[in-house]
Amino acid sequence: MSFNRGIKILGVFAFACFIAVSVVMRFNPGKQIGINFYHFSIAMLKILPCAFILIGLFEVWVKRKTVETHLGEESGIRGYLWAVLLAGTTVGGLYVAFPIAYSLYGKGAKLSIIFTYIGASAICRVPMTIFEASFMGIKFSIIRLLVSTPLVIVGSMWLGNYLTARKYKILPGK
Amino acid sequence: MTSKICANIFSKLKTHINVHRIHLQGTQMYYLYIMTVLALLISIFKSVEKTAKAAKIALKKFVKILPAFLGMLILVSIILYLIPDNVILKYLGNHNKFIGIMLGSFFGSITLMPGFIAYPLCGILLTKGVTYMVLSAFSTTLMMVGILTYPIEKAYFGTKVTIIRNLISFLIAIVVALITGIFFGEFLS
Repeated sequence: MSFNRGIKILGVFAFACFIAVSVVMRFNPGKQIGINFYHFSIAMLKILPCAFILIGLFEVWVKRKTVETHLGEESGIRGYLWAVLLAGTTVGGLYVAFPIAYSLYGKGAKLSIIFTYIGASAICRVPMTIFEASFMGIKFSIIRLLVSTPLVIVGSMWLGNYLTARKYKILPGK
Repeated sequence: MTSKICANIFSKLKTHINVHRIHLQGTQMYYLYIMTVLALLISIFKSVEKTAKAAKIALKKFVKILPAFLGMLILVSIILYLIPDNVILKYLGNHNKFIGIMLGSFFGSITLMPGFIAYPLCGILLTKGVTYMVLSAFSTTLMMVGILTYPIEKAYFGTKVTIIRNLISFLIAIVVALITGIFFGEFLS
């Protein structure tokens, strides 16, 4: 076991002890943190199993060739459009987009396109945008979408090119 | 007097959040579950073997990334305790707009909130006179910049990419906020 991993396990253990002691001693801040932890864990456990099952099915059924044509090096501007549309239907947030983007990359999607997907899944999710518009007004949402989406695409293109020029590779095996 | 107004706003906020949380989360989950079950059924129908393989991959990937998620959950639960909603409410009401943008993007970056909590909060802030520009900085960084999701992003893409991507996202959020300010006539006023 590496040193780093040892520290992490120690950290988790310390956190668990802190929460347990707080509950026993009725230490309010600790209890509140414990409650937060519980709520967020539940919220994530409602989404993550589905997300990972869909990722598993994707890995098995979708052919590498399909991903390469639509999201790969030769996909052109349409690849970005696909990435944004795909992001629009993503549930959850960044933490769901990362594993999906990772799988897409593994099947041959281009770097700049997976970064577009990650960025767009933060800002273009359809249910979230509707919700936003209902509180902030449609004008606010439209300005945000029209300004941020092109910027995300341009930023991702730059980041993709920058990393490709430096021969960056995402490590396999996650 | 002030505390009474504050209490009033918070009870309003809570009803808002609860009504919408149930509504939105319910429908979102509903679609996700239906989609997953349908996809699984089609997969099983086509090949049981391949479906079993998919399940194995899913489990393996999930277990591998679980420590990173645990790290994120611990960070989130501590940060949300340290920065509760009313602290955000207090600081974003700052009347200097550029300090407001800075504080908004700061809070947005270091916290993590689901949209069904964040937007009702923004809606309340709006009625309290916080500008669209500041709220745009807050909500956009909230969605795009993930300091708390750092453990997960790092596990998949490495430290360097995580830092660059978050910096780019932060800059984009600032640009979005400024342009929002221009369109709502708050930038020059």
